[in-house]
Amino acid sequence: MSTMTGKDKKFTEVAQNKENDTTINTSNKTVFETKDLNLWYGEDHALKDINLKIPENQVTAIIGPSGCGKSTFIKTLNRMVEMVPIVKVSGSIAYRDKRIFDPRYRVEELRTQVGMVFQKPNPFPKSIYDNIAYGPRIHGIKNKKVLDQIVEKSLRGAAIWDEVKDRLNENAYGLSGGQQQRICIARCLAIEPDVILMDEPTSALDPISTLKVEELVQELKKDYSIIIVTHNMQQAARISDKTAFFLNGEVVEFSDTNELFSNPEDKRTEDYITGRFG
Amino acid sequence: MDKNINVRDMIHKNKQSMNIGRVWEKMVPKVLLSIAIISILTTIGILATLTVETIAFFREVPILDFFTGTKLKPLGANAEFGVLPLLTGTILSTIIAMFVAIPVGLMTAVYLSEYASDKVRRTLKPLLEVLAGIPTIVYGFFAYTFVTPILRTFIPGLDPTNILSPGLVMGIMIIPMVASLSEDAMSSVPSEMRQGAFALGATRLETTWRVVIPASISGIIASFVLAISRAIGETMIVTIASGSSKNFTFDITQSMQTMTAYIVEVTGGEAPAGSTLYYSLYAVAMTLFVFTLIMNLLAQYISRRFREEY
Repeated sequence: MSTMTGKDKKFTEVAQNKENDTTINTSNKTVFETKDLNLWYGEDHALKDINLKIPENQVTAIIGPSGCGKSTFIKTLNRMVEMVPIVKVSGSIAYRDKRIFDPRYRVEELRTQVGMVFQKPNPFPKSIYDNIAYGPRIHGIKNKKVLDQIVEKSLRGAAIWDEVKDRLNENAYGLSGGQQQRICIARCLAIEPDVILMDEPTSALDPISTLKVEELVQELKKDYSIIIVTHNMQQAARISDKTAFFLNGEVVEFSDTNELFSNPEDKRTEDYITGRFG
Repeated sequence: MDKNINVRDMIHKNKQSMNIGRVWEKMVPKVLLSIAIISILTTIGILATLTVETIAFFREVPILDFFTGTKLKPLGANAEFGVLPLLTGTILSTIIAMFVAIPVGLMTAVYLSEYASDKVRRTLKPLLEVLAGIPTIVYGFFAYTFVTPILRTFIPGLDPTNILSPGLVMGIMIIPMVASLSEDAMSSVPSEMRQGAFALGATRLETTWRVVIPASISGIIASFVLAISRAIGETMIVTIASGSSKNFTFDITQSMQTMTAYIVEVTGGEAPAGSTLYYSLYAVAMTLFVFTLIMNLLAQYISRRFREEY
């Protein structure tokens, strides 16, 4: 219990450093807006009345203890949650001017705009090149020269070009976990989405790979709106502009990251970020 | 509760009696190995018999005549032993069967693995496997008395016994094998990979075609090869429905004999031991064996060549 204050202080420092960061985009456009979003896995009420506005060109972190619904929440944003057959959803989610549950809005179109990086790196068992080219190819880009350029640009964008440029035809499974994860990020960038959802993208990675991915997230937010689920509070404090704290399927608090970490409004948020539970 | 239970003492006491167990433990691998060797010895025994008798056959019929001869007249004064009529019969019936089994089996597998709900899959898969349990003689009968008459209404020139009908029925017989094994291969592709594709805006078909099938291609090819081997070795259906004409032809509406059907015919008749006719059985069996062996080696090569490691 005595280490708590030290940990607390560290967060405050990190958060304060961010205040001097001039690159924070202050635009207040919204990419996602949820209204009274409720979700059930069978009888299990996993998300309860979620009302959130996710800003454009910022990094929004979703934090909370295991099982609080944070992963479920971002999987709902690109409707990947529907892979679970027993899911029921009520309420609405707007992605920009589209209602994502509107049957006229194709789920494939949504997922083309809203990319996703998963917890465990999941490259396809194909060459590095084919992994990146997969997305453009299914969306009708066949020209080899164009694909070559997309592959290079995406790999550069994911800060892994220099590591793999001489082995583009090798199987992506020959790479390390951290490299595989950046391949997955590059694969996501290749179709130039608008929003990138990241579901604990560094939880399976070593500290150095984690750092690389975090730096990458900072770089990417210039062009993309990023929503990142993390169980690592330091990570949320380091890389995000906004933070939402989830607990038992509810949003306890949602505000600017430095605000949330230095001056939490809710007692439960304070307890969580100071390590009293979770 | 008995508080006097002393587990440590009990274990120590049991240790003495466990020595026998330890000896047994050491014997187990040897016993299992000798059992495993039985099947290897059987294979070697069969191969040895085949080889010896085949060599005896080639002393009487030159090897070149056997493999290039288009006439097979095993009986009578001027017996001729060309294997080509049997080879074409076997190859054609197998090809016809694969034209049925591969597309239908693969599409069934795709449906079961990628589209069907759990409930549907749990009902359909066992039903499909019932098809695999039907005795081949029933299929043969079905080909001869049901499929051939129907085919003859469409194809007027079709012989009452022909290679087309048993080929098609053999294909139906093999569908469950292709479907079931391919489905196993596709289902074992981790769902994370499908999610990766879905998250890029891929449809289910694009995911199946470009991710799941390539990732499971080695298993799928393995299922094709097992099916081909099964078709090559299939006996009853062709024996019943394709007759015993030893035609050398590529016309699938005609009666043809396969290698297996020839063996049935000759063993069923009187082939005195030591006669050329008798030895020809072994030569044909050897050819059949080499055939399936080559198929298996080829398949292993192909599946290794196209394997996508994950």
